[in-house]
Amino acid sequence: MNVSLHRRVGAIALTGALALSLAACGSDNPVGEAGTDVDAPGTTETELSGDLAGAGASTQEAAMGAWRAGFQSTYPDVTVAYDPVGSGGGRTQFLNGGVAFAGSDAPLDEDELAQAEERCAGGEVIEIPLYISPIAVIYNLPDVEQLNLSPEVLAGIFNRQITTWDAPEIAADNPDATLPDLPITPVNRSDESGTTENFTEYLAATAGDAWPHEASGDWPVSGGQSAQGTSGVVQTVNGGEGTIGYADASQAGQLGTARIKVGEEWVEYSPEASAAVVAASPRAEGRGEHDIVVELDRTTTEPGTYPLVLVSYSIACAGYEDETQGELVQAFLGYVVSEEGQEAAAGAAGSAPISEELRSDAEAAIEAITAGA
Amino acid sequence: MTTTTRRSQPVGSPVGERTPRRRRWPEGRASRAFRWLSTGAGALILLVLAAVALFLMIRAWPAMTAGGDVLADEISWFPDDSSLLGFIGPLVFGTLLAAALALVIATPISIGIALFISHYAPRRLANGLGYMVDLLAAIPSVIYGLWGAIWLAPRLEPAWQWLSGTLGFIPLFAGPASDPPRVILTVAVVLGAMILPIITAVCREVFLQAPRLHEEAALALGATRWEMIRMAVLPFGRSGIVSAAMLGLGRALGETMAVLMILSPGALYSFNLLRAGQHQTIAANIALQFPEANPLGVSALIATGLALFVITLAVNMAARAIVARRKDFSGAN
Amino acid sequence: MATALTGAPTGAAPDPSADTRAMLAGTDRHRRVTDRVMTGMVVLAFLIALVPLVSVSWTVVSNGIERFSPYFLSVSMRGVFGGMDAGGIYHAIMGTLLITAVAALISVPIGLLAAIYLVEYGRGALARWVTFFVDVMTGIPSIVAGLFAYALFAVVFGPGVRFGVVGSVALSVLMIPVVVRSCEEMLRLVPNELREAAYALGVPKWLVIIKVVLRTAIAGIGTGIMLAVARVIGETAPLLITVGVIDSINFNVFEGRMMTLPVYVYRQYSQGLAPCAADATDCITTINYDRAWAAALTLILIVMLLNLIGRLISRFFAPPTLR
Repeated sequence: MNVSLHRRVGAIALTGALALSLAACGSDNPVGEAGTDVDAPGTTETELSGDLAGAGASTQEAAMGAWRAGFQSTYPDVTVAYDPVGSGGGRTQFLNGGVAFAGSDAPLDEDELAQAEERCAGGEVIEIPLYISPIAVIYNLPDVEQLNLSPEVLAGIFNRQITTWDAPEIAADNPDATLPDLPITPVNRSDESGTTENFTEYLAATAGDAWPHEASGDWPVSGGQSAQGTSGVVQTVNGGEGTIGYADASQAGQLGTARIKVGEEWVEYSPEASAAVVAASPRAEGRGEHDIVVELDRTTTEPGTYPLVLVSYSIACAGYEDETQGELVQAFLGYVVSEEGQEAAAGAAGSAPISEELRSDAEAAIEAITAGA
Repeated sequence: MTTTTRRSQPVGSPVGERTPRRRRWPEGRASRAFRWLSTGAGALILLVLAAVALFLMIRAWPAMTAGGDVLADEISWFPDDSSLLGFIGPLVFGTLLAAALALVIATPISIGIALFISHYAPRRLANGLGYMVDLLAAIPSVIYGLWGAIWLAPRLEPAWQWLSGTLGFIPLFAGPASDPPRVILTVAVVLGAMILPIITAVCREVFLQAPRLHEEAALALGATRWEMIRMAVLPFGRSGIVSAAMLGLGRALGETMAVLMILSPGALYSFNLLRAGQHQTIAANIALQFPEANPLGVSALIATGLALFVITLAVNMAARAIVARRKDFSGAN
Repeated sequence: MATALTGAPTGAAPDPSADTRAMLAGTDRHRRVTDRVMTGMVVLAFLIALVPLVSVSWTVVSNGIERFSPYFLSVSMRGVFGGMDAGGIYHAIMGTLLITAVAALISVPIGLLAAIYLVEYGRGALARWVTFFVDVMTGIPSIVAGLFAYALFAVVFGPGVRFGVVGSVALSVLMIPVVVRSCEEMLRLVPNELREAAYALGVPKWLVIIKVVLRTAIAGIGTGIMLAVARVIGETAPLLITVGVIDSINFNVFEGRMMTLPVYVYRQYSQGLAPCAADATDCITTINYDRAWAAALTLILIVMLLNLIGRLISRFFAPPTLR
């Protein structure tokens, strides 16, 4: 008994020591930069501290990673969390006070605006389209370098009316390509998503009768290949030949991306062309002064625009009762909207930096955030 | 002396606590407290199970009372012109189909493995082999999902093409097989691998308990090893195999991650195993839609969760009832 | 005896020749072939089972070993984004260990006491019900347990609630029946003579249970708990919907989201390829998959370690009679 008792005590001590050393050896500083900032003399910015929680669209996740990293390296005592629970979840959590700000692929609707009046001190919300990302039409046809797809043909393919790659409709737009005799496998998102919403909105606006469905976050045609998340779609398109899908352009990787028809031109996706369509679109009316919501002009014929874009909003209150929260939100969004923040997102997520005009509006809105009742 | 005789009954039967023995009261009180504490813990388990049902019910209530049109209005992924039952139906079908296919794949293999370990492998190897199969059970499901989606699926694709080409006249395998193979049969293969160790473990236990004398008698009568197994081991283990399969079924019904990562979902009553976008399981659908769901959507998902809970409960109760009829089988002896 | 039963009329021959010996020892061709075929099938079944085991282990190890390093284990993902060649899983390991530890803290006392009830006190309807439903409870799908924990805490804290303990409660629902089952088996293995000897000395029942029964079975119970922990530590779905995700270290299970290893694996997998500028030097396109595999490797190692510890406990700590 004695021996085994000793053994037992020894084992417990060992486990304890192991646990202690485990707990001690971790580091929250994998990049190794923030540490230098802490010691830097004369930085007044390090005054901010605390936790800031946000939640919402997973489309913003990659950009948010860059924003948080950039922000946290300036304010090492601040932890910004972003839970990519989806746009709807983000809005709900924001409205019932679970998080201080939300990222959402769609602005608040009227009911939600009414709820926001209770949630926010002063009743005003601010919404800013801070993440603009082109949606690429990706396809897996190794021998086809370039593919032109007009809205009608795109709608026909995704509505499964055009079923083979050498169909005359596709051939008409691509006289130079050698299209294979392969069945077309359209791949869509299986989860509800802003990407789907924007894609179907684009088709509904531009394709006319060829796309009989309404815009919705949930894919309207059932019984085909689908996958969860942008990466799932990309992986599925990669996994089979003759597949075609839509995904955030930043994730397209080695896959071919189709050019879409704007006016009489064929346009390849690009950050600039995407930012251009947002800049050219009118602001929604009947909203608060700092509630910047754009009504995307999908049918634009302006040269150099790529109307198949996704716009994702940052949603916050114009006033916070909690002083720290208010200051944190203000500082964080201030960073996001800055040139530096937008560049960081462009590098990490392939998004399109917002236009100068939008930035000055956004900065005014963020300036207006009040902290403390 | 009375105490001794009372105590010497088998441990399995409960030991009476009201023994004719003098107690000093402080200890009596402690004893009583301890008895209540442990009884309370036992009751708590029943309470937890009831709470699971209750809380799911509470949360599912809004969706269960709302009409189909309200649900379709509020929830973007809810099918139009449908009721809650119409929504749950195809999911239940997909869940049962995936689990049943997994079972069809896994059961014969499991029985084979169990026989190999219990009757074919050299004695010295048997333990190690058993441990190896247990290791399969220890691998987390998310890793099976990762493996199935990235490693296995591309390798199964030619097999499915071949299957639809040669057996395409059977409606089950009607072509064209989807490429990439994000189909229910791929899911079933992965699920089968996941439930293998569970079925194997139970079967092995049962086979090891087949009466030695029967086996030796069969061999002595000149039976081959297979005949011995067929005559002495399998009949003895039949109900064990059934309950093992039911346990595996219960596990396959609730598996989430592997399905979520591999299957292209769809909501149809379809027996076409090689086509994408035909089926979806309850668990994977919950994991897929939960993050983006609004309150009523969460409620509808919890209603499907409740359905899954009821199904697995029924399957497990059936399995346990079969085991209970053969009381002599238990891991402990 | 055997001769008569094989039905061969060899009783007349007083001296078994080679022929009769063959007839006695051998079986007819058809039966022999069936036997061979079935042996082949059984071995084949075993080999088939090895395919997933070997290929899962091999895929995970070969894909994960590259990023698996002390650095990877000891840093979090705070400030890591895009295709950055940095970041680790320390926060996920801590989250997994803490959440599982709290789950164990909840389920071990309940499970152990329930097992004691079943073995030492239980009789009548309640014991039968508990036994039956413990078995049934082992079959609860993990996602249902997650939904339950979410529903439970949402009633108190409102929707959108996410912190470590919610996940722990979900895991406890899955863990309790496993603990009860294994503890029950272990307690039943304790020889009655030990109990009787203690009673004979006038020791009250609760002390007998604590000092004798539990003392004797402690190694088996330890093993059972380790295996139960190993069973729930890889659960993904319930944690996905109850604990959320975060990229920083969080030691507080009562507040804020936590990262856990299985969820980390899933998140990294679903983030997919990272966008890299053409001229970027420290940008790896497949970084998310690499991290997912390395984290999967860590998870498997932890599970194996727990299994091993469980087995070692019973080997070294169990009294000789119960080994």
